[in-house]
Amino acid sequence: MNDWIEIGKLDDIPRRGARCIQTGSGRIAIFRTAEDRIFAIDDRCPHKGGPLSQGIVHGSQVTCPLHNWVFSLDTGLAQGADEGGVRTYSLQLHGDRILIDAQSLTALSAA
Amino acid sequence: MTGKLVVIGAGMASGRMLEHLFEADTRRFDVTLFGAEPRGNYNRIMLSPVLAGEKRYDDIVTHDADWYAAQGVNCRFGQTVTKIDRQAKTVFAGGVETPYDRLVIATGSAPFILPVPGKDLAGVRAFRDLDDVDAMVAASEKPDAKAVVIGGGLLGLEAAAALRGRGMDVVVLHLAGHLMERQLDPAAGYLLQRELEGRGIRIHCKAHTRAVLGTDGVEAVALEDGTVYPADLVVMAAGIRPETRLATDAGIEVGRGIVVDDAMRTSDADILALGECAEHNKTVYGLVAPLYDMAKVAAQTLLGQDAVFRPVQTATKLKVTGVSLYSAGDFAEAEDREEIVLRDAASGVYKRVIIKENRILGTVLYGDTEDGNWFFDLLKRGTDIGQMRDTLIYGQSFSTGAPTDPLAAMAALPEEAEICGCNGVCKGAITSAISSKGLTSLDDVRAHTKASASCGSCTGLVEKLLMATLGDSYNPAAIQPMCPCTELGHDEVRRLIVAKGLKSIPAAMQELGWKTSCGCAKCRPALNYYMVATWPGEAEDDGQSRFINERVHANIQKDGTYSVVPRMFGGLTTAAELRAIADVADKFEVKTVKVTGGQRIDLLGIKKEDLPAVWADLNKAGMMSGAAYAKGLRTVKTCVGSDWCRFGTQDSTGLGVRIEKFMWGSWTPAKLKLAVSGCPRNCAEATCKDIGVICVDSGYEIHFGGAAGLDIKGTEVLCHARSEDEALEIIAALTQLYREQGRYLERIYKWAKRVGSDSIKANVVADPGKRRQLYERFVYSQKFAQVDPWEERVNGKDAHEFAAMADFQMMQAAE
Ligand code: SRM
Ligand SMILES: Cc1cc2nc3c(=O)[nH]c(=O)nc-3n(C[C@H](O)[C@H](O)[C@H](O)COP(=O)(O)OP(=O)(O)OC[C@H]3O[C@@H](n4cnc5c(N)ncnc54)[C@H](O)[C@@H]3O)c2cc1C
Ligand code: SF4
Ligand code: FES
Repeated sequence: MNDWIEIGKLDDIPRRGARCIQTGSGRIAIFRTAEDRIFAIDDRCPHKGGPLSQGIVHGSQVTCPLHNWVFSLDTGLAQGADEGGVRTYSLQLHGDRILIDAQSLTALSAA
Repeated sequence: MTGKLVVIGAGMASGRMLEHLFEADTRRFDVTLFGAEPRGNYNRIMLSPVLAGEKRYDDIVTHDADWYAAQGVNCRFGQTVTKIDRQAKTVFAGGVETPYDRLVIATGSAPFILPVPGKDLAGVRAFRDLDDVDAMVAASEKPDAKAVVIGGGLLGLEAAAALRGRGMDVVVLHLAGHLMERQLDPAAGYLLQRELEGRGIRIHCKAHTRAVLGTDGVEAVALEDGTVYPADLVVMAAGIRPETRLATDAGIEVGRGIVVDDAMRTSDADILALGECAEHNKTVYGLVAPLYDMAKVAAQTLLGQDAVFRPVQTATKLKVTGVSLYSAGDFAEAEDREEIVLRDAASGVYKRVIIKENRILGTVLYGDTEDGNWFFDLLKRGTDIGQMRDTLIYGQSFSTGAPTDPLAAMAALPEEAEICGCNGVCKGAITSAISSKGLTSLDDVRAHTKASASCGSCTGLVEKLLMATLGDSYNPAAIQPMCPCTELGHDEVRRLIVAKGLKSIPAAMQELGWKTSCGCAKCRPALNYYMVATWPGEAEDDGQSRFINERVHANIQKDGTYSVVPRMFGGLTTAAELRAIADVADKFEVKTVKVTGGQRIDLLGIKKEDLPAVWADLNKAGMMSGAAYAKGLRTVKTCVGSDWCRFGTQDSTGLGVRIEKFMWGSWTPAKLKLAVSGCPRNCAEATCKDIGVICVDSGYEIHFGGAAGLDIKGTEVLCHARSEDEALEIIAALTQLYREQGRYLERIYKWAKRVGSDSIKANVVADPGKRRQLYERFVYSQKFAQVDPWEERVNGKDAHEFAAMADFQMMQAAE
């Protein structure tokens, strides 16, 4: 059932940084941590829509560039006192190829 | 033995009660805490500073998830209790029943909403909880938004000042003849009104609201006298009512509030009530000080100890930044009372003390509230003031011959003097906690005594007490860690970076024992600045540790697009530059082109992917980044000066251009703005800049330490320079000293206040040798800093920043 689509190479993303992929219904931010872990979340802060891909990445968290909410890349949940969360997506790393679960792209357009 | 304790309401009173309970005995009760708000206990008082943007919600949380977890509290936030069944001993919330052995009702108050037509329209808010604050902030963000605040009491005025501060047009409607009539006499009410009107808030007293008008949402408020004020937001701050509905339905005795005895027991011995919902001895309370006392008593009652609630007098302060106002006790006029009044119209000071038979009954202070606690203390203790009658009104230091030095005055206060009104903490309790528990910081004192932990207006007093008790070993600066990733403060980190020769962020984190693997969004940008400023040409500038604006060299906007501001040296431009800007605006369909407050042009709303192309076009016309995003040199504003102006004494435009050409590209702890005015008429507003130059016949007056943003502050004169060369050397040396000593995000005026202007003058003015060295270090670092970041990126640097990694939009469409 699972259909994995390649979206790019690990080195396309700087360590402690992010890149985006465009989908029909919005941008997904792909993060790479200092330890080369990768995560995918919606590129839209639940607070006021800030582009999370533009934030500072620390540990496996990112700080939104607009008003400094901090999100866990793992769970997509806001940390500390802020409440809210963003959708997360499954990724796989095959060698240096980053793959995303195609279903998450289709599910998105169906939603 | 454990029993089931259910608490209804996660507010200030219940939070404090739980603390007392767990401090005494963590195992006695199995606690379930219901809160109608979708969050735990926080310091409600501080919603005003949150609304004003001076604090964040984070800062005012009193109990976080860790705390509840550690105490084993079963949290049911976001759940309103709808019924108490006293026979079955259960409460109902969301259809679920929870049994109790003991129940505590701490439901606070409900805001009083005027029963006028239109009160339910969207856009009508109370001011009670965080959701109200969020809604008000959102309303204030609309351009030209207007607010009408109904109620000119403490809450209404704090809301009005905060909304005005956020740029809204604000009208306050108040029923009585003067503001805060419950706390202020008419004279002080008048002074307060004048101050608020000075800030642009409109005050309408004796206003009878007839209706809120609007169809889908509020549009206006109409008064009985026919006045109509347009409004996008209406804040109802006309009073509060104890929230007693649950108790009434359950058949518990209720008067104005839920009736409790001295031990906080209601008419049902298994049920306690406390906080604003409780009525004790025919009185309900609306300030936290007595509620905290109730919390203590309730905890003791639950623990089976004897305790008695005895109300104390309370004093009121208005938490509006820049307004000092204090009132306590009873200040109504009466036959048998005398009053002493002091007015100083020039400085806007008004003090009034009401006396009966040589004892103080009440006091109202406006403008200068330093002596508030002292008067209040005399009042509460019923001290005979006969001896100092004549000088009483001048305050403590005058009346008691006490020293005017604040530290000595602090030392002279009696041990029982109350320092923190909210929590009823006296001086002795604080000093003994400091000595016996070895406290060294404000946070320690807050944690152990609660002093200064609520409204915070006594923070200055507590700090003085720390200084008086610990002497020189109290250094508030040294113990403020940079962020939660380290125990070290900014100064210590900088010192160690130099001493240990640390040249990268990972090296600094490793050597200085960082507690997190890769820092956080606070420390990484600071460390990156310290690296770049300390080791020019050696340390690598780490883009991933820069805030987005400095990483992509444009300012992020609220919708995720960017603004582009090309440099215009000294505010000068040419027809060719303007043409190139116009072409860019056309080509990239720039929505807004604006002249900035920094004498140049801003192109707003540019898509991130377009940035390199925009820069390429601007570069072609000879323009470079204006660094409008940088913690670095921003602008050098100038006036026309001697070239054209009939008053100009020197070529201010030329000097401004020269300074900007010399200094652009430099990174500084916070942004750095300069200006050069051609004569003391000061058209370039040089005296509110970080560094300013005022040209005079004999040369150049150099100023520093001004501000005109969050704070407004005139500059201080640094020195006089005879030539442009000398002026340039002094300015560069001053900047370099700031680069070396300033803490990240600390503007020049704050740095100067911290290190003292004498020490700055000693380095930059008095010692030409030191000045020269500073100047040379600045010149050296400029060798690496003067690279146009736009040009680098046009040539391919960080290309990954500006393009999506993959695009699946087409694929979606195909499916
Ligand atoms: C564009 C401009 C307003 C305008 O349309 O005129 C502006 C726009 C912003 N200012 Fe400003 N300020 C602008 C002149 C000023 C001035 C006036 C001046 O420089 O003469 C001041 C008061 C002087 C001062 O700095 O003391 C000013 C005081 C602030 C402050 C308060 C700083 C402080 O320490 O008190 C902030 C907030 C901050 O930096 O934390 C701020 C922050 C901002 C930010 C960067 C907000 C942000 O973080 O996103 C705005 C960026 C919008 C953008 O993308 O362009 N801006 N800002 C002005 C750009 C000048 C330029 O050409 O570079
Ligand atoms: C903006 C503002 C500024 C203030 N400034 C000051 C000041 O400077 N000094 C001062 O002393 N006081 C000030 N106060 C007043 C102070 O905050 C209150 O006196 C205090 O919070 C009352 O505490 P409480 O626990 O009784 O009620 P609250 O703190 O209001 O807590 C009651 C809680 O119970 C919840 N609740 C109600 N009914 C139910 C139910 N059925 N089920 C579940 N939960 C329920 C409510 O949602 C609320 O969260 C201020 C208040 C505000 C709003
Ligand atoms: S440009 Fe400056 S004053 Fe205007 S809204 Fe932004 S930060 Fe505030
Ligand atoms: S938009 Fe993300 S924190 Fe505000």
